[in-house]
Amino acid sequence: MSVQNLPRFRRPYGIFLRIRFLNGLQYRAAALGGLVTQFFWGGLTICLYAAFYRSDAAAFPMTFPQLVNYIWLQQAFLALFFVWQNDNEIFDCISSGQVAYELCRPWDLYGMWFARNAAHRLSSAALRCVPVLLVAALLPAPYGLTAPASWQAFLCGLLSGVLGFLVVVAFVMLLYIATFYTLSPLGLRIAVSALSEFLSGGLIPLPFLPDGVRQVVNLLPFASMQNAPFLIYSGSVTGPAILSTMALQCFWLGILFLVGRLLMRRTLRRVVVQGG
Amino acid sequence: MFKLYGKFFAIHLRSQMQYKTSFILTVLGQCLTSFGAFLSIYFLFARFHQVEGFVFQEVLLCHAVVLLSFSLAEIVFRGFDTFAGIISRGEFDRFLLEPRSPMFRTLCTRMEFSRLGRLAEAGIVMAYALSTGVVVWNWAKAGVLLLMIVCGTLLFAGLFTVYASFCFFSIQGLEFMNIFTDGGREFGQYPFTVYGRRILRFFTYIIPLACVQYYPLLYLLDRAPSPWYALIPLGALLFLVPSTLFWRLGVRHYKSSGS
Repeated sequence: MSVQNLPRFRRPYGIFLRIRFLNGLQYRAAALGGLVTQFFWGGLTICLYAAFYRSDAAAFPMTFPQLVNYIWLQQAFLALFFVWQNDNEIFDCISSGQVAYELCRPWDLYGMWFARNAAHRLSSAALRCVPVLLVAALLPAPYGLTAPASWQAFLCGLLSGVLGFLVVVAFVMLLYIATFYTLSPLGLRIAVSALSEFLSGGLIPLPFLPDGVRQVVNLLPFASMQNAPFLIYSGSVTGPAILSTMALQCFWLGILFLVGRLLMRRTLRRVVVQGG
Repeated sequence: MFKLYGKFFAIHLRSQMQYKTSFILTVLGQCLTSFGAFLSIYFLFARFHQVEGFVFQEVLLCHAVVLLSFSLAEIVFRGFDTFAGIISRGEFDRFLLEPRSPMFRTLCTRMEFSRLGRLAEAGIVMAYALSTGVVVWNWAKAGVLLLMIVCGTLLFAGLFTVYASFCFFSIQGLEFMNIFTDGGREFGQYPFTVYGRRILRFFTYIIPLACVQYYPLLYLLDRAPSPWYALIPLGALLFLVPSTLFWRLGVRHYKSSGS
């Protein structure tokens, strides 16, 4: 079942990506509904921070336009960076025993699921990000999305975004693997989603955390998800800090990837498929 | 009818208790979700101390009232929240043939006891907020607090009903309703005045969520310009009129999806 010595079997990942992508594009009405929700959500969040800004501007850890950029990027790329935005079919297939069929296929399960999850996220983000970014850019001055500080910030933000996205998918792979071990994965999934949402800066941007807490949270893999690219793009992380942030992202991506592969191999060696 | 409801209640409770570990884990997960919201408020106030004249404990009271209402509504009225499935599987046909009203029947399809986790979190936060003495108590205020929670629960139930009624017309693209249900829960944790005048007006006259938090909260904190603010939560119940009518319209419009 190994892929390494069968180069022609690498192609299925690309095909998988394409199928999932086209599949996701079918739900256009859902995308429209999601779009409206994201505008409202982003708008109200910005109103909330504006109120905090009015109450004490000096305590704001970044400039107001930087925060606005953070919020709009978050809404535009929701599907890429939030751990709970998953393809639930894979969870169902593990708990229902369907996974037996997946195991019969002649390619590597880790790679296949990685591609599936990535494709699921990319297809829903592709539909949503463009209109959100466009309209957010057209909003009046302090409330709209603005251009990045420099083209370097843009490029680094983009690269860091790709890394962050891969970190998210590699992390979700661990959740998939955990599903093999528990027959009640829902509780675990809810708990992990809640935890990662907070620690990745999904509820409040990480610079808003108090000293002491912030430094620790910044080192966790969760900070390498949405936090890194959004802060780099908006210009609140600059200079050499950009490099160290991206190095940390690479580190966590490597660790999560290796651990995921290792655990997957160990798990599949003694998986018991139930049902029939 | 109450007896029948009691039976359904017992069945759902028993069935969800069959998988105890799973149940407990889900409850803990839910609790953690609300705890994240609490932590966000905590950290923001550690930095800013007050927002629009409200301090930490006052906002916590708002957070607790809205979360209590939302989770109570989710426990009892979850059937409406998962109504899209009932429509797409064609199960609603059966409801129409049964002797009870379809609304009652939908009410009985699901009860989500795992939301007790959220309820617990909200209860603890409320106990803490009240223990700090932000509210100077008397009987009237205790009544108003209860009124806020009851009316809030019914208002969220009304919102779930509107969501379910949309399912009669289309089950796609309904994500926008999340603005009012999940959005109400998330953004309702701060008094709506924080978001500005226009948003406050929207959440007073269109979706009357501010009626169960901002206005009566002013009364609890002795800042209300008139004692009538105590009764504003009742105004939120007016929302149940259009939501019930919309449900009726949906039932009349219903065409089976087959199968």
